Amino acid sequence: MAVLGAGLGLKPEHYGDAVSCRADGLWFEVHAENYLGVGGPRRAWLEAVRREHPLSLHGVSLSLAGAEPLDAGTLAGLAALVRALQPALVSEHLAWSRFGGAYLPDLLPFPRTTETLALVCDHVDEVQDAIGSAIAIENPSHYLRLDGHEFDEVDFLRAIGRRTGCSLLLDLNNVHVSAVNTGSSANDYVDRFPAELVAEIHLAGHREDPNLGDRLLIDSHDAPVAAVVWELLDRFIERAGPRPTLIERDAALPAFAVLMREREVAQRRLAHQETIVA
Amino acid sequence: MQEFESSFVKALLGASEPTLPWSRQPGFDVYRNTVLRGAIDALAANVPTVHRLLGDDAFDAAAAAFVRVRLPGDGRLVRYGAGLPEFLASHPSLAEIDCLPGVAALDLAWIESHLAADAPSLATSDVFALTAEQLLHGRLVPHPAARWLSFPVPAFTIWRHEREGRKLADPLSRRSESALLTRPVGSVGWREIDAGEAAFLAACASGRSCDDALESVLDAGCGFDLALSLPRLLQAGAFTRIDGEPS
Repeated sequence: MAVLGAGLGLKPEHYGDAVSCRADGLWFEVHAENYLGVGGPRRAWLEAVRREHPLSLHGVSLSLAGAEPLDAGTLAGLAALVRALQPALVSEHLAWSRFGGAYLPDLLPFPRTTETLALVCDHVDEVQDAIGSAIAIENPSHYLRLDGHEFDEVDFLRAIGRRTGCSLLLDLNNVHVSAVNTGSSANDYVDRFPAELVAEIHLAGHREDPNLGDRLLIDSHDAPVAAVVWELLDRFIERAGPRPTLIERDAALPAFAVLMREREVAQRRLAHQETIVA
Repeated sequence: MQEFESSFVKALLGASEPTLPWSRQPGFDVYRNTVLRGAIDALAANVPTVHRLLGDDAFDAAAAAFVRVRLPGDGRLVRYGAGLPEFLASHPSLAEIDCLPGVAALDLAWIESHLAADAPSLATSDVFALTAEQLLHGRLVPHPAARWLSFPVPAFTIWRHEREGRKLADPLSRRSESALLTRPVGSVGWREIDAGEAAFLAACASGRSCDDALESVLDAGCGFDLALSLPRLLQAGAFTRIDGEPS
């Protein structure tokens, strides 16, 4: 069985490097939507990476918290990809992004209520039935203080896990960004997060809003992981032990070697803890 | 939830100032910008030649106008852009650039070909091994990665020069053009074909036998010589197999 340590988000620019790279605990994650129903060289590269490394499929568009039914084509494509690639992890977000038959390319917020809890759980059940395994649900970044919440996000995620048997993906950059933007405590969020449900951790960079500066942070994935986010990682794994931990970089992509050095930092932080067997 | 979503989307995409309390928070602009930017960037990735020809500012303006009338249908953004050629043709400030819709169609055909399912190509030698009767009664099945397009303007010449990084001849000859994109192995290739060859491929794709396809192309007034064109199309990897008698 592969031991998942620190992994990297994989972009097409780095396919060749990823196939040939060797490092303890290394794994890769891709956005599932970029490979649904895809053949040709892109699919061949993904299969080549999968032959050499554990792989994680990260969804961004299933709209689990949306009122509309899940998109049948996307779900069927995901199920086929899971069957073909046997990924170590499959994940999605606690957000919505579909309305009126259209896709809004973002992870949109919603009031966490009894009604939306039932909706999300039904959708998670549907996904897990379709792919035949548990998925991990990620906490998104927040930019608004919404009215009408009946649940705090940590409690909401815990309830989804208990009802559906899904696991959770703790995105520590999102925790920090959301805490700054909504005036809450990132440490408190991390301390209360149900560690027993966490199957994966995400780390990424963020930037300040050009107009509002450090009062509004944007989950931009275009910079190295910030020191404050590394501190959140240390805080969580000290309490809960290590988890498969991913460095995400989706824009301003540096050389593969630069990302591998950042990944080494994560690997060293995880290494002194007990390793997790996936 | 539906009511909340509806008001959220109206505030995201609406032209007027948002009125709901949360939509006036500064963070709301992050969602508005991310949705619009995400869709525009996906289009820019899918039609890179249109992007290069227009430049950043004009492309962003045209793409933003397209996004507002046609959001992506689902999260597979590599497929986003259907309808863009028609939109560009009807866009008031771009309608004068009459090759632009064709260039957009070629960009979209390239990405479709790039992402299409793998399949073997029908070899010329396999077809030459058939009797004339077997060939004429058979149904030639286009390769999943084959795309053919025809234009009343020299859109293919402009597109291929941009893609190949070559300078265009000046002045550009005004003529109709047809093009074939294929991906028998590895990367997508392209070549000019004539209108009859494009019509023949379309007829084959509709499930007609070779004989019927030939007849429909000639009936439509397109010049077409099977003995000359079929080897060219086979060599390009335009077909994946030939099926037997029509069902």
